[in-house]
Amino acid sequence: MTEALVEVQNLKKYFPITGGVFSRTVGNVKAVDGVSFTIHKGESFGLVGESGCGKSTIGRTLLRLNDKTDGKVLFKGQDIHQLSKSQLRSIRPKMQIVFQDPFSSLNPRIKIGEAIGEALLSHGLIDRKDLKDRVMETLKICGLAPYHYNRYPHEFSGGQRQRIGIARALILEPEFIVADEPVSALDVSIQAQIINLLTDLQAEKQLTYLFISHDLSVVEHLCDRVGVMYLGSMVEMARKEELFGNPLHPYTKALMSAIPIPDPTLKRERIVLQGDLPSPANPPSGCKFHTRCPLATDLCKEKEPEYRDAGNQHFVACHYA
Amino acid sequence: MLSSQVELGISIYKPGGILMRQYIIRRLLQMIPTLIGISIIVFAISAMVPGDFITAKNNPNMTAEKAEQLRHIYGLDKPEYERYFIWAGNMLKGNMGDSLQHKQPVTEVINTYVWNSFIIALATLILSWVIAVFTGVFSAKFQYSFFDRIVTLTVFLCMSLPSFFIGLLLIKLFALDWKLFPVSGMTTAGHNDAGWAYIKDVVKHMFLPTLVLTMLSTGSLTRYFRAGMLEVIRQDYIRTARAKGLKEVTVIFKHALRNALLPAITLLGFELPALFGGAMILEKVFVWPGIGQVYLESINMRDYPFMLGFTIFLSILTLLGNLLADVLYGIADPRIRLK
Repeated sequence: MTEALVEVQNLKKYFPITGGVFSRTVGNVKAVDGVSFTIHKGESFGLVGESGCGKSTIGRTLLRLNDKTDGKVLFKGQDIHQLSKSQLRSIRPKMQIVFQDPFSSLNPRIKIGEAIGEALLSHGLIDRKDLKDRVMETLKICGLAPYHYNRYPHEFSGGQRQRIGIARALILEPEFIVADEPVSALDVSIQAQIINLLTDLQAEKQLTYLFISHDLSVVEHLCDRVGVMYLGSMVEMARKEELFGNPLHPYTKALMSAIPIPDPTLKRERIVLQGDLPSPANPPSGCKFHTRCPLATDLCKEKEPEYRDAGNQHFVACHYA
Repeated sequence: MLSSQVELGISIYKPGGILMRQYIIRRLLQMIPTLIGISIIVFAISAMVPGDFITAKNNPNMTAEKAEQLRHIYGLDKPEYERYFIWAGNMLKGNMGDSLQHKQPVTEVINTYVWNSFIIALATLILSWVIAVFTGVFSAKFQYSFFDRIVTLTVFLCMSLPSFFIGLLLIKLFALDWKLFPVSGMTTAGHNDAGWAYIKDVVKHMFLPTLVLTMLSTGSLTRYFRAGMLEVIRQDYIRTARAKGLKEVTVIFKHALRNALLPAITLLGFELPALFGGAMILEKVFVWPGIGQVYLESINMRDYPFMLGFTIFLSILTLLGNLLADVLYGIADPRIRLK
């Protein structure tokens, strides 16, 4: 196995809930509640889970776009959350993010050529005279045309905007890219294009991805290893083939059974989860999943399952897996 | 090839472009019916006010016969609609008539006093916008911080105090107690300064009224910019800018402020009539020879030509201000296409 590029150790991110006359903190939304994983150089790590389970928060806290509550994030051995502001700034080009919403993540008043190039200039990575050529080259790599340079974001379609978002991240020559649901806002046909672009770029530039998604088929296509999250915690993590071939956690099984299979004659049993996602401000005791788990017992209500290796680097947090 | 066509397509909306010129001409034409409406309303209101220039003088020696004679001379004995058409006809010819009180053409009276008001209004405009932009930005950046609370308290305090009260208070403190600035007027009596000495003298006299006006107008602007910034700094593209690793100064002043300032352009358009409108109360308090005082006096004296002329002058400025705001908005926001 190659060296670790990003190590996340027991990461926690709580958002305080304030209330009362003096706006004291009356509780916490536990968006990320003690998650650990490692991403190796050159691999794609997928993070899946339903909306609101803390996937995007992990992505942002990983890059210190949010401050953490507890835990550690090591990028090439350096703790991102211990760096000073200027140290953080100098390391930023190495770790980039592609945001979910290509419409709101581009500044409407800045031409895309400038939006893509400005960070290079700001980090002193290029001479001003070479900037335009470099931006145009990156536009081309991402499937856009050089004449797009002087246009504003509103003149582009969603797919094109996502390409701009990728170009913006890519031009800094990052080693690590967090792709925060980069295709969920796009049409299916465009999704495929963007995913292929991401795959090609990875092969070409030896990129490392953290790919956040709620679309399992996309993750299966793109990722080497996959982590499954539920309510701020990692419930299962394994190599892709292992996870999709032999899911151990009941939640993962339920997710898998929801993947559509294009075969109308195939009969299969779907595991349909009952109830809603519990509030992350007040998560259930014991195993967080017990309120919706078809296999739950009294043990699950009382005791939090250990996150353990079930063999073959397949981690799972369930008493009965 | 394609790119040049696209460039052309965009540039016709830009200042000096064909569409921009057409748009401005169309808007100017639309102003004509609006102005006719305004002139009718303004004239009707002034005609409904009891009394006229002759009775307003309160001359005890005035006989009824003499008053009739004077009314005939001024044309005040004609029916209202006839007076309207005479007045409106003269206005169309660019003749605002003579001020009854000043015995001078209205345009000349305006020209004499309006610039005195203008310099104060301009200084106030620049000061209050600069202060408001910075305090608004920092209040938003450090929302609910000590700085934010102090700023909020201060601006609300300044906004809430009546102008005549702050005016008199500042005169007492700065002019009478500490003798830092002159009490009132625009120049020191008996001085015949010229050049720099004159400018310095006027600036000294301007200081207090400008301070009061700035205190009054900065408050709402600060809150406005604070609200605008608060909305913008929560946007996704601000997070994008941070993810790029830009300096916080760049993030705030380039990415955020540019977007937060956009709605303020509309406000800037409304400032146009305010620049020339004068400040009635403050000009009285500081005995500043501005147009606001003259305007107020003209209403008291039923000086119809001046009153009507100046009101129409302000109306035109308001309409032009609106047009200016729309055009600037179109230039500033690439998403807006003027139609």
